[in-house]
Amino acid sequence: MIRVDNLSKSYGEVKAVKSINFELTDGEIVGFLGANGAGKSTTLKVMTGFLSLTRGNVYVNDLNILDHTHAIQKQVGYLPELNPLYGEMRVYDLLEFTGSIRNVTGKAFKTALARVVEQCGLKGVIHKSVSECSKGYKQRIGLACAMIHDPKILILDEPVTGLDPNQIVEIRNLIKDLGTEKLVLMSSHILQEIQATVNRIIIIHKGEIVADGTNEELMSGFMGNTKLTLEVKNAEDKSIKGLTEKIPSLSLLDAEVKNGSQLLQLEYPKDQDPREALFKYAVDSNWVVTEMSPHSVNLESIFRTLTTEDSAIA
Amino acid sequence: MRNLKAIYFKEMKSYFNSPMAYIFLVIFTVINGYFFTRTFFLFNQSDMRSLFNIVPLVYLFFIPAVTMSLIAREKNLGTMEVMSTLPLKDIDFVAGKFLAALSLVLTGLGITLVHFFTLTQVGTNIDYGAVFTGYLGLALAGAVYSSVGTFASSLTDNQVVAFIIGIFIVLIFFLMDKMLMFVPVSLTGIVQYLSVDYHLSNISRGVIDSRNLIYFGSVVGFFLFMTVRVLETRKWS
Repeated sequence: MIRVDNLSKSYGEVKAVKSINFELTDGEIVGFLGANGAGKSTTLKVMTGFLSLTRGNVYVNDLNILDHTHAIQKQVGYLPELNPLYGEMRVYDLLEFTGSIRNVTGKAFKTALARVVEQCGLKGVIHKSVSECSKGYKQRIGLACAMIHDPKILILDEPVTGLDPNQIVEIRNLIKDLGTEKLVLMSSHILQEIQATVNRIIIIHKGEIVADGTNEELMSGFMGNTKLTLEVKNAEDKSIKGLTEKIPSLSLLDAEVKNGSQLLQLEYPKDQDPREALFKYAVDSNWVVTEMSPHSVNLESIFRTLTTEDSAIA
Repeated sequence: MRNLKAIYFKEMKSYFNSPMAYIFLVIFTVINGYFFTRTFFLFNQSDMRSLFNIVPLVYLFFIPAVTMSLIAREKNLGTMEVMSTLPLKDIDFVAGKFLAALSLVLTGLGITLVHFFTLTQVGTNIDYGAVFTGYLGLALAGAVYSSVGTFASSLTDNQVVAFIIGIFIVLIFFLMDKMLMFVPVSLTGIVQYLSVDYHLSNISRGVIDSRNLIYFGSVVGFFLFMTVRVLETRKWS
């Protein structure tokens, strides 16, 4: 369990993180979203003890980071942004070195090594030097180092940045697997990645948390109205005007003629889906419906709105 | 202690898995060997003074080169962040690195023992005590310069800058007792006491004085302590 309590971090005059609060429970995969410079990495660096905090505190299983930095570091596995590794070391040596600092030595190291090699798919590269490995493998090596002591908490800063689509899928599947038994907090600014991997999203903007919830909660809590594009043939102006009288929940935003069809932009409250009534009305009016597509709100539009305006939901 | 050992062996592997250690050892041996043998047979004396005079000069450039990468490279690579988020005390991290650099320097110094064996073969009336204390002095001076180099390496993420800062500080310690004529009389005692060469020449004469040992120990301790303090400042950036 992690509890971030009123955490603030300033770099001189610049306030990078401003009194943020959140709580993460075991077994959750949480995505930490934010634009570049929003305060994601700073928050993670404070949580892992790399940076000191200015105000507030971070609790990991009731230990606070100010007084029990090393005790917390023992429980947490951390993959920093850009995944810095010692290129000249062999993968085995790197894991052995990390293990010895983590007090995983001898027989325990052999067991741990077999586990992380299996989980991270490192069998083919274990005796290669790190610099010879591809970027995807390096990412897995970084993850293996973070997991060598089998931590209950994994903090991953931009784990998929710079990877190709195949590698992204591999790392995503690995994180999902890990998430079944561990608390995983991963930051990213790749929205599709977050959406596909995590079951809870925290969005940070200018050092403040502007949204916190599951994907569905964010979607439903965010937009009041759903937009709908309707393309029909054989529609007269009269029947189009009658549409909003017949179905009051619908409002007509725009109508234009395109390639011999009428293209209507409509809007309705999210809890009053009128599509069935709309279809019946179209049939009664002898319209030929060629397209009816509601524009569901996606994470990208939520993110863009939250991180470009000063609006906030929580 | 376990972590210190892990850092120490990682650094030693890093030295010996790259050409760094071999280049250092070969050049260190060749330069010292050249200057020792050039005058050894001319003077016709059974001592190693010429070696003990040249090694501190070679140290001036070689030790900052050995130590420049210790922490600067970690900062440059970003691995400092990984190290800082492991349950690892700064003092273990710094001491492990310092001891690895010192081990490499002592290995180089150990190779020069070959000249001692030459001496035992061709020399007469050898003052073994002076040879022993001469080596002890060089080992202690090596420790002081290694601690200075470790400190210089913690100040920057650029290895060349670390090298230059290292040489600069080492040079100050080396030149102190050669610059006494420019120092006000009231300060000469202090400046002389701070000079590495002053204590080195005391020990090399064959006298092991606790004042000299305390000097070397406290300078090493001071620079390692300062290195730890510098590393702690990263948290407060």
